[in-house]
Amino acid sequence: MNKKDIVVQIKEDLKDKIIFWEERSSKRHYFMINKDDIVFVARYLFEKRRARFITASGIDTPRGIEILYHFSFDKEGGEIVTVKVLVSKQECKIESLTPFITGATFIEREIQELLGVKFLNHPDPRPLLTSEDWPEDKFPLRIDYRDADFTNKVDEEK
Amino acid sequence: MSQNRKTIIPIGPYHPLQEEPEFFELSVEGEKVSDIDIHIGYNHRAIEQIAQRMTWDQLIFLVERICGICSTSHPIANCNAQEDLAGVEIPERAKYIRSIVGELERIHSHLLWAGLAGHFIGYDTLWMWIWKYREPVLEIFEKITGNRNHYAMMKPGGVRRDIKEEDIPYLKKVLDEAERKIDMITKAVLDDPVLAARLKGVGVLTKEDAIKYCTTGPVARASGVAIDVRRDDPYAAYGLVEWNVITQEEGDVFAKTVVRLLECFESIKIIRQCLEKLKKVKGEIAVKIKEMPPGEGKGRHEAPRGETFHYVRSDGSNNPVRVKVRAPTYVNLPTCKATVPGESIADAAIILASIDPCYCCTDRMMRVVNKKSGKIELDGSKLIKLSQEKTGRLRREFGI
Repeated sequence: MNKKDIVVQIKEDLKDKIIFWEERSSKRHYFMINKDDIVFVARYLFEKRRARFITASGIDTPRGIEILYHFSFDKEGGEIVTVKVLVSKQECKIESLTPFITGATFIEREIQELLGVKFLNHPDPRPLLTSEDWPEDKFPLRIDYRDADFTNKVDEEK
Repeated sequence: MSQNRKTIIPIGPYHPLQEEPEFFELSVEGEKVSDIDIHIGYNHRAIEQIAQRMTWDQLIFLVERICGICSTSHPIANCNAQEDLAGVEIPERAKYIRSIVGELERIHSHLLWAGLAGHFIGYDTLWMWIWKYREPVLEIFEKITGNRNHYAMMKPGGVRRDIKEEDIPYLKKVLDEAERKIDMITKAVLDDPVLAARLKGVGVLTKEDAIKYCTTGPVARASGVAIDVRRDDPYAAYGLVEWNVITQEEGDVFAKTVVRLLECFESIKIIRQCLEKLKKVKGEIAVKIKEMPPGEGKGRHEAPRGETFHYVRSDGSNNPVRVKVRAPTYVNLPTCKATVPGESIADAAIILASIDPCYCCTDRMMRVVNKKSGKIELDGSKLIKLSQEKTGRLRREFGI
């Protein structure tokens, strides 16, 4: 399947899921979907279209937490297709991809502790990077995060 | 063997030289490893958050310091991301220089790994020889960039320094010499019956697992997954020169060794062609990026260990809103869960090392703890000794 086809194909197969599509350049695509559709879309890209899952990145924005899932089409011509979802801070959870993409284990655990997005049905949801005594309600990559509390605590102990 | 005879072996955690310090917890039943758990984050430096306070130019210097061994991979990936965001094309001369630096790094990194692998299995001669032949490659770096490591060659829009015409004959001479030596070592490794007995069929990563774990780089290519960003999504000069992607089907430690050694020759091939082109292609080595428009950019580079991926987002100001870094070890490391269980403790050290996680500094923290008494029975040096003794036994059996 050549370069043109794969993007056209995705647009066609997912046309009722895509909220909007952005094309930065011929090899860099972004599209937004509803967060409830993420398992369907990721399964479609990973299993049906044989894309490689690169990673996910979470961003704290004023509208909520945006999670970007980057998929690479290596054989088709090197496109990176990014699936965007928006998770509200009030209901900060989303379905996990790990049950069918083993490679997503680490990154979901990372986003969970750094941005506070809960991944439902994750088989191993322990913290990955933060230390054991890290407070559960502090998320270091959120914009409103200030590390004063934690620093003071360490100083007092000294 | 009953459950209560199970022993936990923690390996780690402090690993100060690499971006991803690791701590492996092996559950052992007798000689066999039954399960493995990986802990990371012992040396988390919050690079992604620091990056949000940097200007676009400073960002390159920051990401260069993520890793000491592949110190040009992150800058290349980040420059690719920034250029994608700004929508600029770098000058042709800069493309060749980028590829030369990237490939020289691949050679020195692969040789570093091969030497360490030799040490882990008790082939210290191999280790010392390989590191001796790695030295001239670092000298090339010193000559063309001024540094043996952290070359600071990349900048958004091109490269910082040019490669001088008069340095090219020297570079070619060193490369010829290096090629002969690597050739000698490769033949020695491929023909050695002890190495074959020690590494073949050990720590096999199947093709299905390689895809499921989303692995990249030599780990994926040794399992028959022919992916290479340099070919699949050409950047720098990789689309302008002739070279091959090396793959092996077996997926064991031996296949990973072969892929890395053979890739050195492809790298030399790429550098030679780039040097030829540098003689003809003159002109600018960088374009100026006046301002970063609001938007997003994605860039990647095939580092020695696999695909390095960078994502940047800009709001049009002087600082990035978000920088996401995905180093190759982040996806390659979890494959230990598929490769280590079922193998013996003597092989665990080399299997964990076979994904090339700069594992060398971890070994002094390895220890075997008796789960019942909590007593330390074996430490890191003893585990390596176990591995080396196994090779010694095989050597005697083969009469070498």
